Order: sequence, then C-alpha cells, then structure tokens
Amino acid sequence: MYRPLERIFKVWQLYALLALPLLYLIVFKYVPMYGAQIAFKDFTVAKGIWDSDWVGLKHFDRFVHSYDFGKIMANTLLLNVYNLIAGFPFPLILALGLNYVRVRWFKKTVQMVTYAPHFISTVVMVGMLFELLDPRNGIVNNLLQAFGFEAVNFMGNPEYFKSIYVWSGIWQSAGFNCIIFLAALSSIDPSLHEAAVIDGASQRQRMLHIDLPGIVPVAVILLILNMGSMLDVGFEKVLLMQNPLNTRTSEVIDTYVYKVGLVSQAMNYSYSAAIGLFKSVIGFLLILAVNQLARKTNQASLW
Amino acid sequence: MEHTRIKSSVGDRLFTSMIYALLSVFFLMVLYPLIFILSASISDPSAVVSGKVWLWPVQPTLMGYEAVFKHKLIGSGFANSVYYTVFGTLINIVMTVLAAYPLSRSDLYGKNVIMLLFVFTTMFSGGLIPGYLLVKDLGMLNTVWAMVLPGALSVWNVIITRTYFQTALPAELLEAAQIDGCNDFKFVGKIVIPLSGPIIAVMTLYYAVGHWNQYFNAMIFLNKQNLYPLQIVLRNILIQNDVNALMLSDIANVAQREALRVLLKYSLIVVSTLPLMLVYPFVQKHFVKGVMIGSLKG
Repeated sequence: MYRPLERIFKVWQLYALLALPLLYLIVFKYVPMYGAQIAFKDFTVAKGIWDSDWVGLKHFDRFVHSYDFGKIMANTLLLNVYNLIAGFPFPLILALGLNYVRVRWFKKTVQMVTYAPHFISTVVMVGMLFELLDPRNGIVNNLLQAFGFEAVNFMGNPEYFKSIYVWSGIWQSAGFNCIIFLAALSSIDPSLHEAAVIDGASQRQRMLHIDLPGIVPVAVILLILNMGSMLDVGFEKVLLMQNPLNTRTSEVIDTYVYKVGLVSQAMNYSYSAAIGLFKSVIGFLLILAVNQLARKTNQASLW
Repeated sequence: MEHTRIKSSVGDRLFTSMIYALLSVFFLMVLYPLIFILSASISDPSAVVSGKVWLWPVQPTLMGYEAVFKHKLIGSGFANSVYYTVFGTLINIVMTVLAAYPLSRSDLYGKNVIMLLFVFTTMFSGGLIPGYLLVKDLGMLNTVWAMVLPGALSVWNVIITRTYFQTALPAELLEAAQIDGCNDFKFVGKIVIPLSGPIIAVMTLYYAVGHWNQYFNAMIFLNKQNLYPLQIVLRNILIQNDVNALMLSDIANVAQREALRVLLKYSLIVVSTLPLMLVYPFVQKHFVKGVMIGSLKG
C-alpha cells in the first residue's frame, strides 16, 4: 500500500492540470464566500472587508423586519410555485406526443420550431413581450380591439406580471425541456410495446400504461430538484420586466439585492450582502432537504 | 409498401390524429410570434402601428433595417459580443477540459474532496455583492476580463464532460499509453483532446450561447459605451426605449417617427436573433446530445 504522499506524487501531473481550475474556484467562488462576512459587518470601502466593524445580525434583523420582507418572500415563492406547476405538464405532453409521430418530416419540423425560442436571449425575449403587448401598437391589443375589447396595459398592471413571466417562459422553453423526456422515452424497452400490441392494447392504453410510467420518475426527480432552487427565479428576466408600476408583484429577493446594493446611491453593500446571504443559506438548506427527498423517491421507484 | 403496414383500429387512428392536432396547435403557437415579428420588421411602419400587419408583411420595406445598420452602437456592440464570445468560450473550453480530465481518473488521490470543492459552489454562493466587490478589487471593472473570467468555468459542464471522458475513453487506452511511456500531459494533448470532438462541440455551443446572450455581468461591470456587448445595446433600445432621437431626426412628423421607432425595434430583434437561428438547425443535434450526456448522470 502506498502512503498518501506517494499516491499524490504518482499523479502529480493530474494535480498540475487541475491547478488552474482550482485557482479559479478559489478566487471567484470561495473568496466571495469569505467576502460574504460583510453581511455581519458595517462595510466601508475605506476599511475593507477584514477591518470593517462587526455588527452581528443587525442587517438580517433589519431585512426580516422591513416593510418589504413579506412581499418579497411571497413574490419569490409564488412566482416559483406558479412556474413549476404551470410549466410541468407541457414538456411532458409534448414528448409523449412526439414519441408517437411516425411521419419524420412532421416530427423534425415540430422539434425544430419548438426548440428554437430557447436560443432567444432574455433581453430580446422581454423586448418581444414589450412590443407584442404594447398598449397602443402591440399586436395583442390590436387583436383585442378588433374583437371589441378594451386595450389592456399588460406590463403596467401588477396583476398580470406573474402570468406573463410564466407563460412566456413556457413558450420559450417547453420545447427544449422535452428533450430529456424524449431521451427517457427512447430508453423504454420496446418489447413492452410489442407485448402490449399483441395483447390488443390501443395506442392510448400504451401511452398511459407504458410511456407515462416510464417517464414519470424522471419528471418527479426533475420537479424535486427544481424545488431545491425555490429561491432562484429567472432573475435577469424579472429585472428586465420590472417597471415602477408592477414592482408590487415583481420584486423578488435577487432584484431587491441588486437594487439595494448596486443601484441605490446609498451603497448599502452590507445590507444587500446580508439579504443575499440569507437567500444563499436558505437555498442551501432547501437543496440538502430536496436531495434527501430525491434519494428516497429514487429508491422507491427502483424497487 | 402497402402490405407492410399494420392495419390500425379506428380508435388508434382517432388517437393518432388527436396527437397530430395537439402538436400542430402547439407548433403554431410557438411559430406565430416568430413569423409576426419577421413580417412586422419588413412592413411599412404605419401599417405596423395601426395593426394592419397580423401575419404577412404589408407594403414591404427595409426602412427598419436601414435604421438598425445606421445605429453606431449596434455595430460596435455586435463586434464586442463576437470578441467576448470567442475569447470567453476559448477560456471556458480550456478550463473545462483541464478540470474534467483529472476528475475522470479513478487514480486521482483525493478525488472526492476535490469534487466536493467543485459541487459545493453550485449549491452555495457568496452572493452578488461580494462577487461584485471582488471583481472591483481585482481592477477588472471596464475591462474584457470582467466579461470572461468570473464565468470561466461551469461546474455542470465539467461534470458532463467528466462523464463523457469516463464513458468514451477506455481504461486500456491509458494503460497502453503509459506502457509506451506517455505521461499525463501528453496523454491529454495527444489522445484525450483528439478523441473528444463531440463533447468539445457541445461545450463550445453551450458556452458560446451563454456568452452571446449574457447581459447582466456587462450591465454591472461595464459602464463605457465602447465596451458594451450587443445585449446591453439591445436592452437600452428595446427595454428602456432609448432610441437616439438624432438618428430619426430627418423625419419631421412625430407620428411617423414614433412608427419608425417601433419598426426599428422589430428589425433589431430579427437582426440580433437571426445569427443564432440560422446556425441552430445545424447544431441542434449537438445540443440534444449534450442533454443526453447530462442526463446519464444528472
């Protein structure tokens, strides 16, 4: 048996290859974690991270008791739950359907077009929403008016914010998200289908009793894993969609951190970092809990 | 042909047509906004704002595109985006291979600890402000480094690449090379990289699309116009409605100017999205492959 030192030396070249990536991780991931201590301090640029004065949980206390706290947490969670629930069935249905299509050109065309919006950038996506939903010139309102309805200021009404966010997201990514289900479907043993056909099962029965049970475990695992990132919303998209009229329903933790820390003139670095850290810690606990859950579900579905 | 087809029951045929109908509806719902934007971008501005365009172009004109190409910042933004994307992706690929290969080796001592060091960063982060302060303290604000270094490596992509190495490079290959006196550096350079074309293609696409579409880092790290990538220029025009008045000043009529402003936005959406949309059908299978490899050990 080798001693650790010898075993390290034996593969020193592998460590040499790893040096740059590890340096990157330390500098750009772990140093900011060290820097997160400013959440417990009153950070001033002059004193720096280390020498700023400790203030304990002052900033956390201020956040939790702030007027905005309840609203921000509710918005973050609601937006996520809405997104998960509404977004869940579409990729699944799309994959089940595509799996039965035998006409190649039809299948290829549907896949090509439904995957395409995935590559539209967030900025362009939101820009498209603004144009299409514009109260004066947008096509949606033009159509509404043509049918005798009143024009609606979609982006200016806080009631619509979450729905616009969620459904535009489904439009953009349902196609691409179905790829993983198609992969799961292609790994279903074809002899199951052959046996079912011989037994006289209809297509509908085969879909419900062979395909669906085949991909539900994948879907459940994905859903559970997504629950782990419950506090992460598509922050970049929310930020772009925000305007003074809809912040009541659109302010989420990440946009708040950004505004308090980097936009506001007051330079509340410590307060903002505290909110960020609050989110990171809760998010981390959620991921741990959810992984535990996924492990259990995984075993249950295996045996 | 005819005799090989299994005759299906009425129920099955009905079910099949329902599937086709459902998929067609979804297909049209995704396609319609894309067609509309393309049509609007080449229509007469006043027809666009008055709602006469709803599917096909009306009185086709290229005025919108002319306005886009006259805009100074769009050209420089395009060039900057290409620069950040190419340079950033190059760094990404080198870093990802450097990290993934050693982690794919079973004889790497302390592999679990190193892996934990990687994976932990996906579950916990210092947050926006400490990250911003770091980039600021390193003096990278308003430099290209702020665009390419903070995201030099994605741990998810390292894991996908590692899985690929583990499955695509048989252990015998390494043994044979080692017997012939090949060291690890040479093995990576002469055997691993030449054999990993597919995964490098997938990673290049993932990273490149990420760089091309990224705006947030540019927004917080850059504040000089000549450094702005395309997405920031797009944000200013599409989201903040900041269309340089001088650019449209040769049009006296306020209503016409407003209409041209709308047309310019549609054209801009097309110009900025078309490059990806044209390349994407050819690389689609690589993206799909990436999802498949990722799902092996997701």
